[in-house]
Amino acid sequence: MTTLVDRSAFPLLAAHPELVYLDSAATAQKPRVVLDAIHEFYGNDYANPHRGAYALSVRATDRYHEARARVARFLGVADADTLIFTRGTTESINLVTQTWGRAHVGVGDEIVVTAAEHHANFVPWQQLALERGARLRVCELTADGQIDLEHLQSLLGARTRVVAFHHVSNVLGTVSPVREIADMARAAGVVTVCDGAQAVPHLAVSVDELGVDFYAASGHKMCGPMGIGMLAGRREILEAMPPWMTGGDMIEFVHDDRSTWNVLPHKLEAGTPNVAGAVGLAAAVEFLEGIGMSAVRAHERALLRAAHARLSAIDGVRIHGPGAEERSGVLSFGVSDIHPHDLATILDSRHVCIRAGHHCAQPLMRRLGEPATARASFYVYNDHSDIDALAEGIATARELFGHARV
Amino acid sequence: MPASDATSPSPDPRLQALYQELILDHYRRPRNHGALEHPDAEVEQRNPSCGDIIRLQVAFEGDAVRALRFAGQGCAISQASASMMTQLLQGKSSEEVEQLARRFTAMVHGDAEASRDAALGDLRALAGVSRLPSRHGCALLPWKALAAALARHA
Repeated sequence: MTTLVDRSAFPLLAAHPELVYLDSAATAQKPRVVLDAIHEFYGNDYANPHRGAYALSVRATDRYHEARARVARFLGVADADTLIFTRGTTESINLVTQTWGRAHVGVGDEIVVTAAEHHANFVPWQQLALERGARLRVCELTADGQIDLEHLQSLLGARTRVVAFHHVSNVLGTVSPVREIADMARAAGVVTVCDGAQAVPHLAVSVDELGVDFYAASGHKMCGPMGIGMLAGRREILEAMPPWMTGGDMIEFVHDDRSTWNVLPHKLEAGTPNVAGAVGLAAAVEFLEGIGMSAVRAHERALLRAAHARLSAIDGVRIHGPGAEERSGVLSFGVSDIHPHDLATILDSRHVCIRAGHHCAQPLMRRLGEPATARASFYVYNDHSDIDALAEGIATARELFGHARV
Repeated sequence: MPASDATSPSPDPRLQALYQELILDHYRRPRNHGALEHPDAEVEQRNPSCGDIIRLQVAFEGDAVRALRFAGQGCAISQASASMMTQLLQGKSSEEVEQLARRFTAMVHGDAEASRDAALGDLRALAGVSRLPSRHGCALLPWKALAAALARHA
């Protein structure tokens, strides 16, 4: 099987033909069209938006609005003004905990997160609970790494204010039944916050259909630039929310002793926005739409299937999480007797880039009983030769550690 | 099965030098692993970027290190570093310990002269780490715990 998109479309991969990049779950490489769009914006339409005193600023404003509309359409958000640009998923979730959270979570209330959350969707809630005197409840996982829906149901009580959960696990690659969880929570009068950082790059996502109250994602994992991300929120909740950061752009009128707030999305986007980031992200969306998200998913499935089979056949390799059909994008594994860091160093000497460590998911690592795992993740520019290089590298590592080649 | 076959590319020789028998031996059979009954100082040190953890216990006799024990989880480099460190420092005065810690740190940061210093003993086997900046923290983790233990005792 070949790559879905030729490596030549990605300047970094074209410049480094030896590179086997298997860390797209951390960040995806950038297609030339994204870099060109950013360059073109700075070269032709660059000014501070929303100032409007001259045509150039109007052009910059238009580019920003067009980018928002494009990204909203891609995410299935019909009301584009409810899509807030942030720095990324981490900022999106902190925005929710520090505005909605501070306004709605009080002493004795309960916050539910799952055991598989990335620290970005765990620590902000933990800190909110500590700050407000609320209780953080952790929903456990089933044996195959899925959110345990029975446990979740049992945690939804009279004091539960919010459930924060992942769409796709960054460690196990499990895909959560988002709609089902949103329905359960709604029936219990509980707000839902879904971390879509690992879902949006790999699956067709329609936020409106998922039925969650907040949905967060990052641009850089979906071929967009670093420093731009998204928070989609239900309009009535966003409108009732206090602002987060205050300052320029987000105000309607500033009196000496008080201020009133601008309309959405500006109320939640203080200061000069990251227009170049939004333009780059819109180009990434166009790039992914050109490929088709179903083709992305099919390509990754085929790679996961092959990698799962190839790695399972290596003596001493154990794979965490479900089978290839049930997972998206990532493959976490361990090699007996070889610590993931040592494995990553040995693979790196062969130009194979994988992630090793706790993957910002220490609560999950504790439950897996592993201090760390190795993780290979796939995207549109990977093919079978990358899996061969990974498998060969693991065999070499085993050899270095004194095990026979199998 | 043969240990290697003709079609498989052989491992990078520099890595072979790093993951040599001596280091793997300390990784698999760590010396001074466990706990002291009456430690004078106990420090838990974590590497936040990777989650590795070491608990180091030190017992002193006057100015000298009488015994060291460590426990924890980590890669071959951090475990071998801890194992070799505890072996080398047994019975050394705190001045000698600080001197050796400086030499080892210099070696990890690429000081070629330090890597030839016989005073470092087996620890010289870790000299190859200097070429792997992402692994400096692994080699130095037990030494950070040691510095904290010494500071606590002072």
